[in-house]
Amino acid sequence: MSEHHKENFITKYVFCQDHKMIAKQFLITGMFMAVVGMLMSAIFRVQLANPGESSILYNLLPSHWLDPDGVLNPDKYLALVTMHGTILVFWVLTAGLSGTFANFLIPLQIGARDMASGFLNMLSYWFFFLATVVLMSSLFVETGPASGGWTIYPPLSALPQAIPGSGTGMTLWLVSITLFVVGSLLGGLNYIVTILNLRTIGMTMQRLPLTVWALLITAILGVLSFPVLLSCGLLLIFDRSFGTSFYLSDIIINGEALHNAGGSPILFEHLFWFLGHPEVYIILLPALGIVSEVIAVNSRKPIFGYKAMVGALLLIAFLSFIVWGHHMFMTGMNPFLGSVFTFTTLLIAIPSAIKVFNYLATLWRANIRFTPAMLFAIGTVSAFITGGLTGIILGDSALDINVHDTYFVVGHFHIVMGLSAIYGMFAGVYHWFPKMYGKMMNKNLGYIHFWGTFICAYGVFFPMHFLGLAGLPRRYYTNSAFPMFDGLSDINSIITFFALAGAIFQTIFLFNFFYSIFKGTKATQNPWKSNTLEWTTPIERIHGNWPGELPVVTRWAYDYSKPGADEDFILQTEPLKEGEVEH
Amino acid sequence: MTNILIAIVVLLLIATLVQILRVSELLSEIKNKDVNEVTDEDNNTQGVLFLIVGFGFLIFVIWQMVAWDHLLLPPASSVHGIQIDFLMKMSMGLILIVFFVLSPILFYFLYKYRGKKSNKAYFFSHNNKLEVIWTVVPTIILTVFIVFGLKTWDNAMNVEVSESTTTIEVYAEQFRWTARYAGQDRLLGKTDFRFVEPKFNPLGLVNNEYLKIAIKDKQVDYDTLSRNPLKKDDYGRTNQEKMDVLSGHIKQLPSILNEVSTDVLAQSSDDIITREVHLVINEPVLLKFRSQDVIHSAFLPHFRVQMNCVPGMTTQFGFTPTKTTEEMRKDPKVIKQMNEINRIRLAKGKSEEEFEYILLCNKICGSAHYNMQMKFVVETQEEYDFWYASQKNLKNKLLTQN
Repeated sequence: MSEHHKENFITKYVFCQDHKMIAKQFLITGMFMAVVGMLMSAIFRVQLANPGESSILYNLLPSHWLDPDGVLNPDKYLALVTMHGTILVFWVLTAGLSGTFANFLIPLQIGARDMASGFLNMLSYWFFFLATVVLMSSLFVETGPASGGWTIYPPLSALPQAIPGSGTGMTLWLVSITLFVVGSLLGGLNYIVTILNLRTIGMTMQRLPLTVWALLITAILGVLSFPVLLSCGLLLIFDRSFGTSFYLSDIIINGEALHNAGGSPILFEHLFWFLGHPEVYIILLPALGIVSEVIAVNSRKPIFGYKAMVGALLLIAFLSFIVWGHHMFMTGMNPFLGSVFTFTTLLIAIPSAIKVFNYLATLWRANIRFTPAMLFAIGTVSAFITGGLTGIILGDSALDINVHDTYFVVGHFHIVMGLSAIYGMFAGVYHWFPKMYGKMMNKNLGYIHFWGTFICAYGVFFPMHFLGLAGLPRRYYTNSAFPMFDGLSDINSIITFFALAGAIFQTIFLFNFFYSIFKGTKATQNPWKSNTLEWTTPIERIHGNWPGELPVVTRWAYDYSKPGADEDFILQTEPLKEGEVEH
Repeated sequence: MTNILIAIVVLLLIATLVQILRVSELLSEIKNKDVNEVTDEDNNTQGVLFLIVGFGFLIFVIWQMVAWDHLLLPPASSVHGIQIDFLMKMSMGLILIVFFVLSPILFYFLYKYRGKKSNKAYFFSHNNKLEVIWTVVPTIILTVFIVFGLKTWDNAMNVEVSESTTTIEVYAEQFRWTARYAGQDRLLGKTDFRFVEPKFNPLGLVNNEYLKIAIKDKQVDYDTLSRNPLKKDDYGRTNQEKMDVLSGHIKQLPSILNEVSTDVLAQSSDDIITREVHLVINEPVLLKFRSQDVIHSAFLPHFRVQMNCVPGMTTQFGFTPTKTTEEMRKDPKVIKQMNEINRIRLAKGKSEEEFEYILLCNKICGSAHYNMQMKFVVETQEEYDFWYASQKNLKNKLLTQN
């Protein structure tokens, strides 16, 4: 594997074992799914702003999703919400984000020629691809795709009589997620093994860039929690197809009393959220890792408190396994248990606060270079502050009573998890695009993309907090059935306006991305004057990363503007000068 | 046709954009400049933009808080709700202070430390003292809030049930709520889902009368299905499978009844089933929740009450209402809110509405999830007694049916 061998079209672009190509495959698939997911949200936002009216956007939907008068069908509204959530959480922000950057950055930044197992890595993508095909095919099933919310709580998701999407659509959803979990486990194990074993000489754990730390911890979270989702889904498959009663008991549906007895839907919720909460950090941590790197490079300063940053990541990861119950305060579980989960949940605010303070300290007395990547990295910090703070409300069980499952929650997690992570992903794409494709992305289009997105995203998600404080539940097909919500119609129109405008700004990114691949200006070897190892590889992609010997690391990744140095960056391969202290 | 036109317009726009980009890149090539290099000028523009847009965002937040304040829920109408509102005010105060400190710092730093080619950043990699301070201070503040929150949670969830507590069952099904009062004995009669018969016994109360009705109902279904045992329904289940379940339930029904002592059987006879819930002001009430089919969530936003309704188990929430519906209608904040609502309703050609306490479903439960509601009324003891007397209890209902 160490030599650059001959490749044909199939082994270069399709069944490729080179981690850089697999990363691009994940990225392109993720981007495709992001477009699908975003269009879905545009469609249901239009329905929320103009309930009971037809819209030109509905032409994108299969015709049987509409009622005869051209209005979106309520079941299909729920289908859109469900698929939007599934696609964004799993396909875009899990596979699209950590699939792309774990594959791309781990070998390059630790100084390895490839992943520990290139073959498993390839399989990981193709399982993901298969999962994508199955999920997309469920959109064309006659009864519609899964419609019980992305959290697929039974009995709603177990009984096709309860909602049409729980028929074939739900079966395909479960098959797809099973494939997805297999893919992400193969990937995750590979990342962990690679980071622990294939670091080049001198790349000690204390010298790892924070991106790699974040990706390592993410992979560990995934390997520990995804199997639980798998077993949770398997039991649901049993209940749906083989007449077992793990989650079902005492049910009458459509006037028919079912045979199921003794099961509990609460068991499902426990299993689901045992994955579901770590999943939030599986999404967020890679973004925070990317942001740490991008902010340090473009502030021309070391990241402040490297050890505290790693410690905070570890603490967040540990706590994420013992907070899942805060999704279930209102299930009727023992109030004492609620107290425990409130305690552990609010503790997460401490490492989160440390991270924010460290980012601010990094920006203090910096020499900030505003590349598009830097703008998005700052967007992540801003969203992390704004969205993280409302977590203090939601994590408090007493306050959760009245905001649970309202738009307050929707606003909270879209900002803290959605925006933070997607901004981190954009930052990563803009930052490493020159390494991926050997070309530069257009800077000015990047600026327009950022400001359009930043303004529209806050315009969409900030007002949602007010909807929630007015008591408006999420996943309502229309808010017009209750007089008490009629006063909110203006807010809904504002949100929809910003959502559509924000969607249009994303086309600028797509255009910039594909235009730059083919027509962009040529990149130099180290365009951002960065310290990390990936910028010591040749501009042209080769299998094996470094043409000759592997680089030897002698210092940490953050020697920016170090006093005594000629330039404001020092590559990690540069030996320490005589008498120079390591940071 | 419109679709094709839109597609053409989009394509033309993209083509224009490509050309503009090409031109700008060619121009900078002529000037021997790299179009994608970040210049000092760029840093200036972006730094200033962060200052303007950042503070614009903060102003937008303040504007929302002022402009939409009258649309938010009015102050709580329950004893524990008032405590929750107080905790909410404290927590909101805390996070708003932190938000309005950290965000301006962020935006100001971006402006202040915008880069210049000639500048060099200050090498500052860690400072233990600083880091200890900003770990310990949030920890102390959070500890206070955790303790405060847990106390409020404890007060809200641990209801003391006394002899005088009224118990009301709230029963959820797709897509409707039903309520049941315990009657004179203050005890809710036993239920079993196998006893449910949609017309006479929608909640599945267990007693002798209903046994006959349930068996008859299931027998009729069985007979209909048995005409064509191999027929499959839309979900792939054969009539034979359904008949097996039915015959099983028919066999089980009498034994369910036999397990129940006569005392307990009598408890259901004075139960009252209603389609709206009336409560007495300042009287504690215990709501018991059940579900027939999928998970629902009973949400009473004005009382700060929420609890999931889960098939196969009973959940509960106790609270004490503190304002009657009439009092709420005279509350200045509610009047302001209702005026706004009615202004919008009239503009949309809908009727004017008065304030009502409403129970909503807050857990996705199917196609009509968005419209699953039941009215709650809080009133004085006299008004309540008058209403209560007009409701038929089970015994009377059965008598009239027979």
